Amino acid sequence: MNIVGGLRGIGKRVVNAVWRTGYGARFFVMTLRYSGMSFRRFRLTVREIFFSGVLSLIIILVAGMFVGMVLGLQGYETLKRYGSESALGSLVALSLVRELGPVLAALLFASRAGSAMTAEIGLMKATEQIDAMELMAVNPIARVVAPRFWAGVISMPLLAALFSAMGVFGGYVVGVVNIGVDEGSFWSQMQASVDFQHDILNGVIKSLVFGLAVTAIALFEGYDAPPTAEGVSGATTRTVVESSLAILMLDFILTAFMFQGA
Amino acid sequence: MSASLVELHDVNFAYDSRPILKGINMSFQKGKLIAIMGLSGCGKTTILRHIGGVLKPTRGQVKVDGQVIHELDPQGLYAMRRKMGMLFQFGALFTDMTVFDNVAFQMREHTDLPEEIIRDLVMMKLHAVGLYGTQDLMPGELSGGMARRVALARTIALDPMLIMYDEPFAGLDPISLTVVGELIRRLNDALGATSIVVTHDVQESLKIVDYVYFVSNGAIIAEGSADDIRASGEAFVKQFVHGEMDGPIPFHYPGNDFNTDLGVHA
Repeated sequence: MNIVGGLRGIGKRVVNAVWRTGYGARFFVMTLRYSGMSFRRFRLTVREIFFSGVLSLIIILVAGMFVGMVLGLQGYETLKRYGSESALGSLVALSLVRELGPVLAALLFASRAGSAMTAEIGLMKATEQIDAMELMAVNPIARVVAPRFWAGVISMPLLAALFSAMGVFGGYVVGVVNIGVDEGSFWSQMQASVDFQHDILNGVIKSLVFGLAVTAIALFEGYDAPPTAEGVSGATTRTVVESSLAILMLDFILTAFMFQGA
Repeated sequence: MSASLVELHDVNFAYDSRPILKGINMSFQKGKLIAIMGLSGCGKTTILRHIGGVLKPTRGQVKVDGQVIHELDPQGLYAMRRKMGMLFQFGALFTDMTVFDNVAFQMREHTDLPEEIIRDLVMMKLHAVGLYGTQDLMPGELSGGMARRVALARTIALDPMLIMYDEPFAGLDPISLTVVGELIRRLNDALGATSIVVTHDVQESLKIVDYVYFVSNGAIIAEGSADDIRASGEAFVKQFVHGEMDGPIPFHYPGNDFNTDLGVHA
């Protein structure tokens, strides 16, 4: 009896997981399909760019600055051992543009904007606003979901770029202003070693992919949240956990394709 | 006798294997205000969701304006919904929009009217529900009764032929209750619409409705005019209308014997 019960439990979980994956994929396709309004009435998307992008600026800029400062300190200590302090600019810029900028900005975006999107849509569902829209013959995927999706996809690379820029500035403040690394070599080494296509463009592609993944997860979790306080809270937590894992997993895959053997 | 706008024929519906509606037959005549009454969880809101095309019956047919609503394609369904309005239990106002934008929402989504005309229409709708002057407030700044009235203004924004009300009296103070009741009756007559009110507020709804369906456990157990219902000898209806403790609806939730569970033997 226990074995049957156990097997039934496993079967139920597998069926649920498959069902949810299918529902998530269908939701994503529907979001793309009904994206026309997001561009025809671009002010809807601009409004969401303000909420997810502009309001995330403070955390992104402050975090970028501190990460850059830590990189400056740690990098200097390590490079000093090999007498290569002048390469500090390269180290800070390459670390940020290739890796830390897209990944950390996406993690912060998931915690700040992703969780907010999930909570907002989950609460709209719990308070019957989504049902009301549906009964007013307005497609909630086109009106609510798609503008938020594109706002996330557009905001993420810009936020990652600002994160990296602030990081470079933080590295400069610590390395050049505070420690006294030569300013000329800091900037010239950076210029010489950072390649636009190989480093910057790949970083932008990474942040685009992360933005797409985080926003899609956040919107799906909100839309699929049980319409209760507990349901919305659980969905918000899942957004942060799933997005963070997706970012790190995608980062490995993208890095392997982009920089292997470079 | 006026023709029916909404007809339900032998409608059955189940969530998984749990039956919610069992062979429901209803007819809602044009221009009338009809109530669906019953205890919480008896299937009243499920009936509304079938009429709105949100749910599909497992057996039977729901016809709105001569069309089987659950057989319409998405475009047809949306076209039909533009002729309907629904007031949700707690208003379901969009919390990130002002009162004005809430009422203007459907006008902006479904028409190409210039902003000046939308403004005038919104003011007229707000005036009709007695809330002219609240247009710049956010939903969070409204009392429960006011929010319900703003939602009512939004519901009638495009002058629908069918208005559905899901528990419009829930949680209202006595004054708001009378105001909302009066508005429902007046708007139905002024717009020449057909209204369906799902409620368990017997006294308020019997004052305003033309016809009543009583639903219990997913089936219709009584129907008639307000006077028929008041005079009904049906035990459930009597208990419900007069709010009596004794009757076919037990006070206790069905379960194991209390004394047996406590280990007390008589």
